[in-house]
This record gives sequence, C-alpha cells and structure tokens, in this order.
Amino acid sequence: MANHFLEISKVGIEFPTQNGVFTALKDVDFKIDKGEFVSIIGHSGCGKSTVLNIIAGLYRATYGGVILEGKEVTDPGPDRAVVFQSHALMPWLSVYENVALGVEQVFKGQKTAAEMKDWVEHNLALVKMDHAMHKMPHEISGGMKQRVGIARCLAMQPKVMLMDEPFGALDALTRANLQDSVMEIQKELDTTVVLITHDVDEAVLMSDKIVMMSNGPAAKVGEILDIELERPRERVALSKSDQFNYYRQQVLSFLYEKKGVVSFDAAKKTQQETSSDVIEKQAG
Amino acid sequence: MTAITNNAQSKSDESNQLLASVGKYLSGIDIKSIVYPMMGIIIFLFIWSVAASRIDTSLGQFPGPAHVLEQSKSLYQEYQAEQDKAAAFYQRQEDRNAKKLAKNPEANVKIRKYTGKETFFAQILTSLKTVLFGFLVASLFAIPLGVVCGLSDAVYKGMNPLIQIFKPVSPLAWLPLITMVVSALYVSDDPWFEKSFLNSAFTVALCCLWPTLINTAVGVANVDKDLLNVSRVIRLPALTHVRKIILPASVPMIFTGLRLSLATGWMVLIAAEMLSQNPGLGKFVWDEFQNGSSNSLARIMVAVLAIGLIGFALDRIILIAQKVVSWDKQAVLR
Ligand SMILES: Nc1ncnc2c1ncn2[C@@H]1O[C@H](COP(=O)(O)OP(=O)(O)O)[C@@H](O)[C@H]1O
Ligand SMILES: [Mg+2]
Repeated sequence: MANHFLEISKVGIEFPTQNGVFTALKDVDFKIDKGEFVSIIGHSGCGKSTVLNIIAGLYRATYGGVILEGKEVTDPGPDRAVVFQSHALMPWLSVYENVALGVEQVFKGQKTAAEMKDWVEHNLALVKMDHAMHKMPHEISGGMKQRVGIARCLAMQPKVMLMDEPFGALDALTRANLQDSVMEIQKELDTTVVLITHDVDEAVLMSDKIVMMSNGPAAKVGEILDIELERPRERVALSKSDQFNYYRQQVLSFLYEKKGVVSFDAAKKTQQETSSDVIEKQAG
Repeated sequence: MTAITNNAQSKSDESNQLLASVGKYLSGIDIKSIVYPMMGIIIFLFIWSVAASRIDTSLGQFPGPAHVLEQSKSLYQEYQAEQDKAAAFYQRQEDRNAKKLAKNPEANVKIRKYTGKETFFAQILTSLKTVLFGFLVASLFAIPLGVVCGLSDAVYKGMNPLIQIFKPVSPLAWLPLITMVVSALYVSDDPWFEKSFLNSAFTVALCCLWPTLINTAVGVANVDKDLLNVSRVIRLPALTHVRKIILPASVPMIFTGLRLSLATGWMVLIAAEMLSQNPGLGKFVWDEFQNGSSNSLARIMVAVLAIGLIGFALDRIILIAQKVVSWDKQAVLR
C-alpha cells in the first residue's frame, strides 16, 4: 500500500440517539497528498462536518481511522487546525489576541515573545487583516471575522488545514474575495487543505480533487473527481472554459441526478468489504 | 434643579463645563425616562398618604410621607448628636491622658472606645458590612464550585441532589445551627469578628451560595461548542482553558447569579437580624417595634425605605462591576 500523506481509512461512525444507534458514516475512504487542495461536497446533513471532525480528532471514528504521515489521529491538535463556519472567535479577545492565543500555545519554548508577535502580525497580514489587529470581533464584518479565523488556523502552521464551510455565511462578493485569498495563500505556503462545501462552483474553482459524498444515513464517498485546471485560476476566465463547465456538470449530475446515491454495484462492493475487514474500535 | 443651577453658576468655569456635560447627558436621555418614573413616585406618595390617614393602629395613625420625612430628619439629628458626643468623649480622654503623661511620662494610658447608643446609620453600616462579607465568602465558594460542576457532568450529577435539597431551605432555619456551631468553634481571646457578625454573615452566605453556584454551572456548561473545539485544537492546558475560555465566556451568567445572590442575601440578612437580635437594620426595626412610641412606625418606615434603596444600590454596583469586567458591552443590562 502506497503511503499517502493523509489517509481516511474505512471510517465509520455511529452516534447513540434516543431511537437507537444512528450510523452517520460507513466506509468513508479516500487519500490526500501533501499540498493537495481537496473539497468534500454533499447534500446538507450527509455527514461532511462529521468527516472533518474525525480528521480533526474532535470526533473518534467507531470503525476505521485517520492516518496523518503514518501516525493515527487520536485527538485534536494544532497540526490539523480547523476553520469553523461560525468563525468561533473569542468575543472577549481582540483580533490580535485571538490569533496569539494559538501561537503562544503552539510555539511555546520555540519562539521568543518578539518572534511570536511578528508571527501573529505576519499571519494577519497574509489574510489582509493587519489593519484591524486591535479591533474586537464584534467591530468587524463577517468576512473579516472569517479572515481572522483563517489567520488563526494558518498561524499554527498546520500540516492540514481543515475548513468547514468557511464561506457559507458570507455574501457572494465577500465569498469570492476570500476564495481568492485562500487560493493565493495555499499556493504560496503549499498547505494541504480539506474544504467542506455545498457550493459546486466553489469546489471546482478551488480544488485539485473533489470528494463527492452520498446522502446519509451511512453516507459514503460516491465519486472522486480530479480537477486538472491550471493554477492560478481566474474565476471569470474559467466560467467560460469548457473544461470548467464539464467538471461543474459532473458534480451537479452526481448531486442532483444520481441524488448523491452511490451506484448499486459500488454499494454492493463496499458492503462486502465492510463485512470482511472491519476494524472495530472503542468510540472515544 | 434650580438650586443646583444657581450654585454651579457661582462657581468656577470647571463646574460650568461639568454642568454643560450633564446637560448634554440629560438632553440625550429620553424625557419619558424621567417623567414616567417621577409620575410613578408621585402617584405612590399620594396613595400612600391617603391610605395612611385612614389607618389607625394601636401605635397611632399609620405614618404618611410627611411623618416619615420628619422622622428621617430626626434620625439624622440623633446620629449627629451621637457623633458630637463621641468626639467630646475622645477629646476628654485625650486631655486626660495628656495630663497623665505630663505628670509621669511612664504612665500607662488607656484608650477606650466610645460605646454609645447604636444609631440608625451605625446599624446600616453593620448590615452593609455583614451582607458584603457573607456575599464575598459565598462567592468565593460558589464560583469555583460552579465552574467544576459546569465542566464535569459527573460532579454536576453528584452535586445536583444536594443543590436541589438545600436551595429551597430558608437560611433562617439554619440560623440556630449556625449560631451554635459558631459559638462552639469560634473561640478566640482577641476575635477579629464579633460572633453575632459571623452568625448573620454565614446565614447570608448560605443563601448567597445557590444562585451563583447554579448560574455559574449553567453558564460554564453552555459555552459555545465551537469555542471549546478551538481550545481543544489549540490544546490549551486545563487551567489556561478555564482562565482564558471558560471564565470569560461565562462572565454574564456568573454576574446574573451574583446579582440574584446579593439581592436574596440582603433580604435574608434583615430577617436574620430581627430574629437573632444581631446588630443591624433588622435589629433597628425590631427595637423600634418593641419600643412602641408614636414615632416607631414612622421610624420603621424610614428603615424600610432605606433597606429598599440600599438593595437597589447594591444591585447597581454589581451591574457596574459587570460592565467593567465583561467583554459583552452590548448586552442589555437590567
Ligand atoms: N454528535 C452527534 N450526535 C448525533 N448525531 C449527529 C452528531 N453529529 C452529527 N450527527 C448526525 O450526523 C449526520 C451528519 O451531520 P453533519 O456531519 O453535521 O452533516 P453536514 O455537515 O454534511 O451537513 C446528521 O444526520 C446529524 O444529525
Ligand atoms: Mg456541516
């Protein structure tokens, strides 16, 4: 088996609910290379956030597991920093302090106070938020908050940057702006990114690979689509490109024609695999 | 209003400026927020005086506003008279000691404290000290305990039956127990605190405990999940997590608890003082009642109003503290 940078290996998860056990994910399996930009797309409620939370270590998979650089993920950590949809900035800390909170913890004993300050400021500059460093979260717009969330994530120098619908709550223009910023930063730093989205254009524009998830319960990976578009990508030019529209159409057809349902053959195949080599695990 | 204006004009520019800013502040206030409360008070005074004139008690007519105002003045005069007596006493003592020392520099001079009658204002001060001490002691226990309960489901489940059983108990029921325990355990030749003070304060503390404890626990348990996840991703150590995430996030709920605690503590204190004859406003009320002069009811009414005003002021002080401490400056504070 080839060693991949990040492996999501036959992940299944069950939640205890009032009406018994709810199987949210079953046999979710895909691999990510270093520096790759991967989107996970699927209908609302199919289990995208759950996948991301398992990679982050915030949830523990019931079956299977996540392997990052050959090591199994068991708990959350700054090497898999998360950008939350709700931005999750501490409202009592300034923009600067929110980023510094992570930096001070992650680089404790590695950087001097002055180096940390420079590093926080550098990351805020990267997301173009250095001008509002000393503002409080309630004083800045939604898009700016999300930029700070991204800076906080980047400042931890994660091996993988996990983003859960980070642009979902933003208006179209702000969203486009932020998408461009993230693509620029990702190119510059060569970070590995996992982006959750339900926006087809966003997925095609930004990703190297789109993981399409079937509807839950027991959601799995339906299809994986490689996006071979030149970078840097320019949204206006791309919208006229046939290749872009072809990819777009592929994703749309998965989501709406196949209704996010995996074909019968594929379903049968994965079922057989499950019964043969499921690794049971204690839920964390 | 006019009196203030006249005074200010005769003073320096500075106070004119102050007045201007006060004026600006006042013009910023919705006129209704002044007129309506004023109307409320005037209507209340009217109803009070009419009703009072129709109620005859064995201690004479029920006091109306005018009678109460007169008695509040007389209470203040008694206080001043007592102050003068105290000053005179100390003056005499000093003179005497000075004379003694002049005769014999080695003389053993005694300094005695003046022990006059407890005035109304002395009783207010005692009650304030007691309630603040009890409140402080309770908060020192309730906040950390609330944080632990909010953080740990196991601790919360373990504490919950105790909280539910002890919360509805009137602290007055504790009073005899506390009194006995304090006299048994607090034996010291040179005590920091009077026993009666400790009895009242611990009774207050027992009832201040619950609202703060419960509200803190609820606040801590309901911190936004995403913020907790951020803390987990950053891997903040437990204590830093509490200090930097949990406490700031639950500040609004902690203060809600503190306000409830202090309000009930103040109410209970008056009752405890009445019941146990410990010094304070409650004792003042009880003594006046026993005294049974024609002015007693009016003097009790002065105490009632003072209790209300002080309770209101205490609540405002906590609100101001909350505004200073809390990050949530936009929260509507009532
Ligand atoms: N902690 C949990 N307990 C029970 N059910 C959960 C939990 N987290 C997620 N689920 C369920 O798992 C499914 C997938 O949720 P989620 O991953 O949030 O979907 P998405 O992000 O794709 O919209 C949903 O049906 C949701 O109700
Ligand atoms: Mg989601």
